Amino acid sequence: MGHTLLGLLESGPRHGYDLKRAFDEKFGHDRPVHYGQIYATMSRLLKSGLVAIDGVESGGGGPERKRYAITEAGISDVGQWLGRPEKPQPYLQSTLYTKVVLALVTGRSAAGLLDTQRAEHLRMMRILTDRKRGGDFADQLICDHALFHMEADLRWLELTAARLDRLAKEVGA
Amino acid sequence: MSAYPGSLLWAQDLRKVYGPTPALDGASFSVRAGEVVAVMGPSGSGKSTLLHCLAGIISPDSGSIGYGGQDLATMSDARRSALRRSEFGFVFQFGQLVPELTCTENVALPLRLAGVGRKEAQRAALEWMARLEVAEVGDKRPGEVSGGQGQRVAVARALVTSPRVIFADEPTGALDSLNGERVMQLLTDASRETDAAVVLVTHEARVAAYSDREIVVRDGKVRDMAGTV
Repeated sequence: MGHTLLGLLESGPRHGYDLKRAFDEKFGHDRPVHYGQIYATMSRLLKSGLVAIDGVESGGGGPERKRYAITEAGISDVGQWLGRPEKPQPYLQSTLYTKVVLALVTGRSAAGLLDTQRAEHLRMMRILTDRKRGGDFADQLICDHALFHMEADLRWLELTAARLDRLAKEVGA
Repeated sequence: MSAYPGSLLWAQDLRKVYGPTPALDGASFSVRAGEVVAVMGPSGSGKSTLLHCLAGIISPDSGSIGYGGQDLATMSDARRSALRRSEFGFVFQFGQLVPELTCTENVALPLRLAGVGRKEAQRAALEWMARLEVAEVGDKRPGEVSGGQGQRVAVARALVTSPRVIFADEPTGALDSLNGERVMQLLTDASRETDAAVVLVTHEARVAAYSDREIVVRDGKVRDMAGTV
Protein backbone atom coordinates (compact mmCIF):
# COMPACT_ATOMS: atom_id res chain seq x y z
CA MET A 1 0.00 0.00 0.00
CA GLY A 2 2.77 2.47 0.98
CA HIS A 3 4.72 1.98 -2.21
CA THR A 4 1.58 2.18 -4.32
CA LEU A 5 0.56 5.51 -2.79
CA LEU A 6 4.09 6.78 -3.17
CA GLY A 7 4.03 5.80 -6.83
CA LEU A 8 0.74 7.64 -7.34
CA LEU A 9 2.30 10.76 -5.83
CA GLU A 10 5.14 10.77 -8.34
CA SER A 11 2.96 12.48 -10.93
CA GLY A 12 2.30 15.40 -8.53
CA PRO A 13 1.04 16.31 -5.04
CA ARG A 14 -2.43 15.07 -4.06
CA HIS A 15 -4.88 15.29 -1.20
CA GLY A 16 -5.82 12.13 0.69
CA TYR A 17 -9.16 12.06 -1.11
CA ASP A 18 -7.49 12.28 -4.53
CA LEU A 19 -5.15 9.45 -3.55
CA LYS A 20 -8.07 7.23 -2.58
CA ARG A 21 -9.84 7.98 -5.83
CA ALA A 22 -6.72 7.28 -7.91
CA PHE A 23 -6.03 4.07 -5.98
CA ASP A 24 -9.59 2.77 -6.37
CA GLU A 25 -9.65 3.64 -10.05
CA LYS A 26 -6.43 1.80 -10.84
CA PHE A 27 -6.21 -0.99 -8.28
CA GLY A 28 -9.35 -1.18 -6.17
CA HIS A 29 -11.53 -3.14 -8.61
CA ASP A 30 -12.73 -5.57 -5.97
CA ARG A 31 -12.01 -3.75 -2.73
CA PRO A 32 -12.00 0.03 -2.55
CA VAL A 33 -9.48 1.24 0.04
CA HIS A 34 -10.77 2.88 3.23
CA TYR A 35 -9.92 6.50 3.96
CA GLY A 36 -8.53 5.35 7.30
CA GLN A 37 -5.96 3.17 5.51
CA ILE A 38 -4.89 6.09 3.31
CA TYR A 39 -4.41 8.47 6.23
CA ALA A 40 -2.65 5.88 8.40
CA THR A 41 -0.27 5.05 5.55
CA MET A 42 0.41 8.73 4.77
CA SER A 43 1.13 9.38 8.44
CA ARG A 44 3.71 6.56 8.40
CA LEU A 45 5.27 7.82 5.16
CA LEU A 46 5.49 11.32 6.64
CA LYS A 47 7.31 10.01 9.69
CA SER A 48 9.81 8.13 7.55
CA GLY A 49 10.43 11.20 5.37
CA LEU A 50 9.22 9.60 2.14
CA VAL A 51 6.47 12.22 1.71
CA ALA A 52 6.12 15.81 2.92
CA ILE A 53 3.22 18.17 3.43
CA ASP A 54 2.97 20.30 0.31
CA GLY A 55 0.23 22.54 1.65
CA VAL A 56 -2.75 22.73 3.96
CA GLU A 57 -6.10 24.12 2.87
CA SER A 58 -8.87 25.18 5.11
CA GLY A 59 -11.94 23.03 4.60
CA GLY A 60 -14.37 25.96 4.84
CA GLY A 61 -15.52 25.15 8.37
CA GLY A 62 -14.62 21.46 7.98
CA PRO A 63 -11.29 19.80 8.81
CA GLU A 64 -8.11 21.03 7.15
CA ARG A 65 -7.03 19.17 4.00
CA LYS A 66 -3.38 18.24 3.70
CA ARG A 67 -1.77 17.95 0.31
CA TYR A 68 1.03 15.38 0.18
CA ALA A 69 4.10 15.43 -2.05
CA ILE A 70 6.66 12.70 -2.57
CA THR A 71 10.24 13.48 -1.45
CA GLU A 72 13.50 12.53 -3.22
CA ALA A 73 13.86 9.71 -0.67
CA GLY A 74 10.34 8.58 -1.58
CA ILE A 75 11.13 8.54 -5.30
CA SER A 76 14.25 6.51 -4.63
CA ASP A 77 12.26 4.12 -2.42
CA VAL A 78 9.67 3.52 -5.17
CA GLY A 79 12.49 2.90 -7.65
CA GLN A 80 14.05 0.30 -5.37
CA TRP A 81 10.70 -1.40 -4.76
CA LEU A 82 9.94 -1.64 -8.48
CA GLY A 83 13.42 -3.00 -9.17
CA ARG A 84 13.16 -5.73 -6.53
CA PRO A 85 11.52 -8.96 -7.76
CA GLU A 86 8.71 -10.38 -5.65
CA LYS A 87 9.60 -13.59 -3.90
CA PRO A 88 7.92 -16.50 -5.67
CA GLN A 89 5.69 -18.23 -3.12
CA PRO A 90 6.31 -21.96 -2.91
CA TYR A 91 3.11 -22.68 -0.92
CA LEU A 92 4.72 -25.85 0.36
CA GLN A 93 2.73 -25.94 3.56
CA SER A 94 -0.55 -25.01 2.00
CA THR A 95 -3.82 -25.64 3.74
CA LEU A 96 -4.80 -27.93 0.89
CA TYR A 97 -1.82 -30.20 1.41
CA THR A 98 -2.59 -30.33 5.12
CA LYS A 99 -6.23 -31.20 4.42
CA VAL A 100 -5.30 -33.97 1.98
CA VAL A 101 -2.88 -35.55 4.45
CA LEU A 102 -5.36 -35.24 7.30
CA ALA A 103 -8.09 -36.82 5.16
CA LEU A 104 -5.76 -39.75 4.42
CA VAL A 105 -4.64 -40.33 7.99
CA THR A 106 -8.16 -40.04 9.37
CA GLY A 107 -9.61 -42.41 6.78
CA ARG A 108 -11.73 -39.77 5.03
CA SER A 109 -12.03 -39.41 1.26
CA ALA A 110 -9.02 -37.44 0.03
CA ALA A 111 -10.18 -37.94 -3.58
CA GLY A 112 -13.56 -36.45 -2.70
CA LEU A 113 -11.88 -33.53 -0.98
CA LEU A 114 -9.78 -32.87 -4.09
CA ASP A 115 -12.85 -33.11 -6.36
CA THR A 116 -14.77 -30.66 -4.19
CA GLN A 117 -11.85 -28.24 -4.23
CA ARG A 118 -11.54 -28.65 -7.98
CA ALA A 119 -15.21 -27.74 -8.48
CA GLU A 120 -14.80 -24.70 -6.23
CA HIS A 121 -11.75 -23.55 -8.18
CA LEU A 122 -13.63 -23.90 -11.47
CA ARG A 123 -16.64 -22.07 -10.04
CA MET A 124 -14.39 -19.13 -9.18
CA MET A 125 -12.67 -19.35 -12.57
CA ARG A 126 -16.08 -19.07 -14.24
CA ILE A 127 -16.87 -15.92 -12.28
CA LEU A 128 -13.53 -14.41 -13.28
CA THR A 129 -14.00 -15.44 -16.92
CA ASP A 130 -17.43 -13.78 -16.98
CA ARG A 131 -15.96 -10.64 -15.44
CA LYS A 132 -13.19 -10.71 -18.02
CA ARG A 133 -15.67 -10.97 -20.88
CA GLY A 134 -17.62 -7.98 -19.70
CA GLY A 135 -14.72 -5.97 -18.37
CA ASP A 136 -12.21 -3.45 -19.67
CA PHE A 137 -8.59 -4.18 -20.49
CA ALA A 138 -7.45 -3.72 -16.87
CA ASP A 139 -10.11 -6.20 -15.75
CA GLN A 140 -8.87 -8.68 -18.33
CA LEU A 141 -5.28 -8.48 -17.16
CA ILE A 142 -6.18 -8.70 -13.47
CA CYS A 143 -8.53 -11.64 -14.03
CA ASP A 144 -5.96 -13.42 -16.22
CA HIS A 145 -3.42 -13.25 -13.41
CA ALA A 146 -5.86 -14.88 -11.00
CA LEU A 147 -6.97 -17.42 -13.63
CA PHE A 148 -3.41 -18.57 -14.35
CA HIS A 149 -2.78 -19.04 -10.62
CA MET A 150 -5.97 -21.05 -10.22
CA GLU A 151 -5.06 -23.15 -13.22
CA ALA A 152 -1.75 -23.96 -11.53
CA ASP A 153 -3.64 -24.97 -8.37
CA LEU A 154 -5.87 -27.21 -10.45
CA ARG A 155 -2.89 -28.93 -12.00
CA TRP A 156 -1.59 -29.62 -8.51
CA LEU A 157 -5.00 -30.98 -7.49
CA GLU A 158 -5.01 -33.35 -10.48
CA LEU A 159 -1.44 -34.47 -9.91
CA THR A 160 -2.15 -35.08 -6.24
CA ALA A 161 -5.33 -36.99 -7.09
CA ALA A 162 -3.25 -39.24 -9.34
CA ARG A 163 -0.70 -39.79 -6.55
CA LEU A 164 -2.98 -40.37 -3.58
CA ASP A 165 -2.00 -44.03 -3.19
CA ARG A 166 1.66 -43.16 -2.89
CA LEU A 167 0.96 -40.23 -0.56
CA ALA A 168 -1.15 -42.49 1.66
CA LYS A 169 1.81 -44.88 2.01
CA GLU A 170 4.24 -42.02 2.71
CA VAL A 171 2.12 -40.55 5.49
CA GLY A 172 1.36 -43.97 6.94
CA ALA A 173 -2.37 -43.87 6.30
CA MET B 1 -37.88 -41.67 -24.36
CA SER B 2 -36.65 -39.01 -21.98
CA ALA B 3 -34.58 -40.14 -19.04
CA TYR B 4 -33.54 -36.53 -18.44
CA PRO B 5 -36.51 -34.17 -18.83
CA GLY B 6 -35.52 -30.81 -20.30
CA SER B 7 -32.35 -32.24 -21.82
CA LEU B 8 -31.57 -31.86 -25.47
CA LEU B 9 -29.10 -34.74 -25.54
CA TRP B 10 -28.53 -37.36 -22.88
CA ALA B 11 -26.79 -40.65 -22.36
CA GLN B 12 -27.42 -43.31 -19.77
CA ASP B 13 -25.17 -46.07 -18.53
CA LEU B 14 -22.90 -46.16 -21.59
CA ARG B 15 -20.40 -48.97 -21.85
CA LYS B 16 -17.72 -49.30 -24.47
CA VAL B 17 -14.82 -51.72 -24.33
CA TYR B 18 -11.66 -51.62 -26.42
CA GLY B 19 -9.78 -54.91 -25.95
CA PRO B 20 -9.50 -55.69 -22.26
CA THR B 21 -10.04 -52.10 -21.12
CA PRO B 22 -13.43 -50.46 -20.63
CA ALA B 23 -13.24 -46.96 -22.16
CA LEU B 24 -16.72 -46.20 -20.80
CA ASP B 25 -17.99 -48.05 -17.77
CA GLY B 26 -21.52 -46.91 -17.00
CA ALA B 27 -21.20 -43.28 -18.08
CA SER B 28 -24.24 -40.99 -17.96
CA PHE B 29 -24.55 -37.45 -19.23
CA SER B 30 -27.05 -34.75 -20.17
CA VAL B 31 -26.98 -31.30 -21.76
CA ARG B 32 -29.75 -28.73 -22.24
CA ALA B 33 -30.25 -26.43 -25.23
CA GLY B 34 -27.92 -23.43 -25.01
CA GLU B 35 -25.82 -25.05 -22.29
CA VAL B 36 -22.04 -25.38 -22.52
CA VAL B 37 -20.74 -28.46 -20.69
CA ALA B 38 -17.02 -29.10 -20.31
CA VAL B 39 -15.92 -32.73 -20.30
CA MET B 40 -12.68 -33.03 -18.36
CA GLY B 41 -10.52 -35.83 -17.07
CA PRO B 42 -7.05 -37.34 -17.36
CA SER B 43 -5.69 -38.66 -20.67
CA GLY B 44 -7.20 -42.03 -21.48
CA SER B 45 -10.10 -41.55 -19.05
CA GLY B 46 -12.71 -42.03 -21.77
CA LYS B 47 -13.73 -38.43 -22.45
CA SER B 48 -13.17 -38.59 -26.22
CA THR B 49 -14.97 -41.94 -26.38
CA LEU B 50 -17.91 -40.33 -24.56
CA LEU B 51 -17.94 -37.45 -27.06
CA HIS B 52 -17.76 -39.82 -30.02
CA CYS B 53 -20.68 -41.87 -28.66
CA LEU B 54 -22.78 -38.78 -27.93
CA ALA B 55 -22.11 -37.47 -31.43
CA GLY B 56 -23.09 -40.77 -33.02
CA ILE B 57 -19.62 -41.29 -34.49
CA ILE B 58 -19.30 -44.65 -32.73
CA SER B 59 -21.86 -46.91 -31.06
CA PRO B 60 -21.59 -47.89 -27.41
CA ASP B 61 -21.63 -51.62 -26.55
CA SER B 62 -24.61 -50.93 -24.31
CA GLY B 63 -26.60 -48.03 -22.88
CA SER B 64 -28.90 -45.39 -24.39
CA ILE B 65 -28.30 -42.04 -26.06
CA GLY B 66 -31.37 -39.86 -26.42
CA TYR B 67 -31.74 -37.01 -28.88
CA GLY B 68 -35.07 -35.63 -30.05
CA GLY B 69 -36.98 -38.72 -28.93
CA GLN B 70 -34.65 -41.10 -30.77
CA ASP B 71 -31.99 -43.51 -29.49
CA LEU B 72 -28.69 -42.92 -31.26
CA ALA B 73 -27.24 -46.08 -29.74
CA THR B 74 -29.55 -48.33 -31.76
CA MET B 75 -30.01 -46.14 -34.85
CA SER B 76 -28.73 -47.32 -38.25
CA ASP B 77 -25.42 -45.89 -39.49
CA ALA B 78 -27.17 -44.10 -42.36
CA ARG B 79 -29.70 -42.38 -40.08
CA ARG B 80 -26.96 -41.46 -37.63
CA SER B 81 -24.90 -39.90 -40.43
CA ALA B 82 -27.89 -37.89 -41.61
CA LEU B 83 -28.55 -36.70 -38.08
CA ARG B 84 -24.89 -35.71 -37.63
CA ARG B 85 -24.95 -33.63 -40.79
CA SER B 86 -28.20 -31.83 -40.05
CA GLU B 87 -28.18 -31.40 -36.28
CA PHE B 88 -24.59 -31.52 -35.05
CA GLY B 89 -21.50 -29.37 -35.62
CA PHE B 90 -17.91 -30.42 -34.96
CA VAL B 91 -14.71 -28.60 -34.03
CA PHE B 92 -11.53 -30.59 -33.57
CA GLN B 93 -8.10 -29.76 -32.17
CA PHE B 94 -6.54 -29.29 -35.59
CA GLY B 95 -9.30 -27.62 -37.63
CA GLN B 96 -9.35 -30.53 -40.11
CA LEU B 97 -10.17 -28.19 -42.95
CA VAL B 98 -9.95 -29.47 -46.53
CA PRO B 99 -6.57 -28.14 -47.73
CA GLU B 100 -7.54 -27.89 -51.41
CA LEU B 101 -10.54 -25.63 -50.76
CA THR B 102 -10.51 -21.95 -49.83
CA CYS B 103 -11.59 -21.02 -46.30
CA THR B 104 -14.98 -19.82 -47.57
CA GLU B 105 -15.48 -23.07 -49.51
CA ASN B 106 -14.59 -25.01 -46.35
CA VAL B 107 -17.20 -23.16 -44.32
CA ALA B 108 -19.81 -23.57 -47.07
CA LEU B 109 -19.06 -27.30 -47.48
CA PRO B 110 -21.55 -28.70 -44.89
CA LEU B 111 -24.34 -26.70 -46.54
CA ARG B 112 -23.35 -27.87 -50.02
CA LEU B 113 -23.33 -31.49 -48.76
CA ALA B 114 -26.84 -30.88 -47.40
CA GLY B 115 -27.97 -29.80 -50.87
CA VAL B 116 -27.99 -26.03 -50.40
CA GLY B 117 -27.24 -24.05 -53.60
CA ARG B 118 -23.77 -22.60 -54.13
CA LYS B 119 -24.76 -18.92 -53.82
CA GLU B 120 -26.84 -19.44 -50.71
CA ALA B 121 -24.13 -21.59 -49.11
CA GLN B 122 -21.51 -18.95 -49.89
CA ARG B 123 -23.68 -16.17 -48.48
CA ALA B 124 -24.17 -18.06 -45.20
CA ALA B 125 -20.46 -18.95 -45.07
CA LEU B 126 -19.41 -15.32 -45.47
CA GLU B 127 -21.84 -14.24 -42.78
CA TRP B 128 -20.41 -16.72 -40.26
CA MET B 129 -16.84 -15.90 -41.23
CA ALA B 130 -17.52 -12.23 -40.53
CA ARG B 131 -18.96 -13.13 -37.12
CA LEU B 132 -15.89 -15.24 -36.37
CA GLU B 133 -13.66 -12.33 -37.51
CA VAL B 134 -12.04 -14.23 -40.39
CA ALA B 135 -13.78 -12.61 -43.36
CA GLU B 136 -10.42 -11.39 -44.67
CA VAL B 137 -9.04 -14.91 -45.19
CA GLY B 138 -12.02 -16.16 -47.21
CA ASP B 139 -10.06 -16.58 -50.45
CA LYS B 140 -7.02 -18.18 -48.82
CA ARG B 141 -6.44 -21.88 -48.40
CA PRO B 142 -6.09 -23.35 -44.87
CA GLY B 143 -2.32 -23.72 -45.30
CA GLU B 144 -2.01 -19.97 -45.84
CA VAL B 145 -3.68 -18.81 -42.60
CA SER B 146 -2.52 -18.79 -38.97
CA GLY B 147 -3.55 -21.48 -36.49
CA GLY B 148 -5.94 -19.11 -34.72
CA GLN B 149 -7.57 -18.04 -37.99
CA GLY B 150 -7.83 -21.65 -39.18
CA GLN B 151 -9.55 -22.66 -35.96
CA ARG B 152 -12.04 -19.79 -36.24
CA VAL B 153 -12.76 -20.92 -39.80
CA ALA B 154 -13.39 -24.40 -38.36
CA VAL B 155 -15.80 -22.92 -35.78
CA ALA B 156 -17.60 -21.04 -38.58
CA ARG B 157 -17.89 -24.32 -40.49
CA ALA B 158 -19.35 -26.02 -37.40
CA LEU B 159 -21.93 -23.23 -36.97
CA VAL B 160 -22.97 -22.67 -40.57
CA THR B 161 -25.68 -25.35 -40.53
CA SER B 162 -27.22 -23.87 -37.34
CA PRO B 163 -26.60 -27.08 -35.40
CA ARG B 164 -28.49 -27.85 -32.19
CA VAL B 165 -25.37 -29.40 -30.63
CA ILE B 166 -21.73 -28.47 -31.20
CA PHE B 167 -19.10 -31.06 -30.28
CA ALA B 168 -15.71 -29.49 -29.65
CA ASP B 169 -12.78 -31.83 -28.96
CA GLU B 170 -9.84 -29.83 -27.54
CA PRO B 171 -10.72 -26.88 -29.82
CA THR B 172 -7.94 -24.69 -28.42
CA GLY B 173 -5.36 -27.44 -27.91
CA ALA B 174 -3.13 -26.24 -30.75
CA LEU B 175 -3.48 -22.50 -30.05
CA ASP B 176 -1.64 -20.03 -27.84
CA SER B 177 -3.49 -18.52 -24.87
CA LEU B 178 -4.75 -15.38 -26.61
CA ASN B 179 -6.03 -17.18 -29.71
CA GLY B 180 -7.50 -19.96 -27.59
CA GLU B 181 -9.44 -17.50 -25.46
CA ARG B 182 -10.74 -15.67 -28.52
CA VAL B 183 -11.96 -18.93 -30.07
CA MET B 184 -13.74 -19.83 -26.82
CA GLN B 185 -15.34 -16.40 -26.56
CA LEU B 186 -16.63 -16.56 -30.12
CA LEU B 187 -17.78 -20.18 -29.80
CA THR B 188 -19.68 -19.60 -26.54
CA ASP B 189 -21.12 -16.27 -27.76
CA ALA B 190 -22.45 -18.05 -30.85
CA SER B 191 -23.90 -20.85 -28.72
CA ARG B 192 -25.74 -18.33 -26.55
CA GLU B 193 -27.10 -16.49 -29.57
CA THR B 194 -28.30 -19.61 -31.36
CA ASP B 195 -29.27 -21.65 -28.26
CA ALA B 196 -27.01 -24.48 -29.43
CA ALA B 197 -25.65 -26.83 -26.77
CA VAL B 198 -21.88 -27.28 -26.66
CA VAL B 199 -20.12 -30.43 -25.49
CA LEU B 200 -16.56 -29.31 -24.94
CA VAL B 201 -13.77 -31.81 -24.28
CA THR B 202 -10.78 -30.05 -22.78
CA HIS B 203 -7.98 -30.64 -20.32
CA GLU B 204 -7.43 -26.90 -19.85
CA ALA B 205 -9.17 -25.37 -16.84
CA ARG B 206 -9.13 -21.87 -18.35
CA VAL B 207 -11.00 -23.22 -21.37
CA ALA B 208 -13.43 -25.14 -19.16
CA ALA B 209 -14.12 -21.87 -17.32
CA TYR B 210 -16.07 -20.75 -20.41
CA SER B 211 -18.58 -23.55 -19.77
CA ASP B 212 -21.71 -23.45 -17.63
CA ARG B 213 -20.69 -26.61 -15.78
CA GLU B 214 -18.18 -29.39 -16.02
CA ILE B 215 -18.19 -33.14 -15.70
CA VAL B 216 -15.13 -35.23 -14.96
CA VAL B 217 -14.56 -38.59 -16.63
CA ARG B 218 -12.39 -40.96 -14.65
CA ASP B 219 -11.87 -44.63 -15.49
CA GLY B 220 -14.82 -44.55 -17.87
CA LYS B 221 -17.22 -43.17 -15.26
CA VAL B 222 -18.71 -39.68 -15.17
CA ARG B 223 -18.73 -37.46 -12.15
CA ASP B 224 -20.95 -34.42 -12.53
CA MET B 225 -19.50 -31.68 -10.37
CA ALA B 226 -22.88 -29.98 -10.05
CA GLY B 227 -24.45 -33.30 -9.04
CA THR B 228 -27.23 -33.07 -11.60
CA VAL B 229 -26.63 -36.43 -13.25
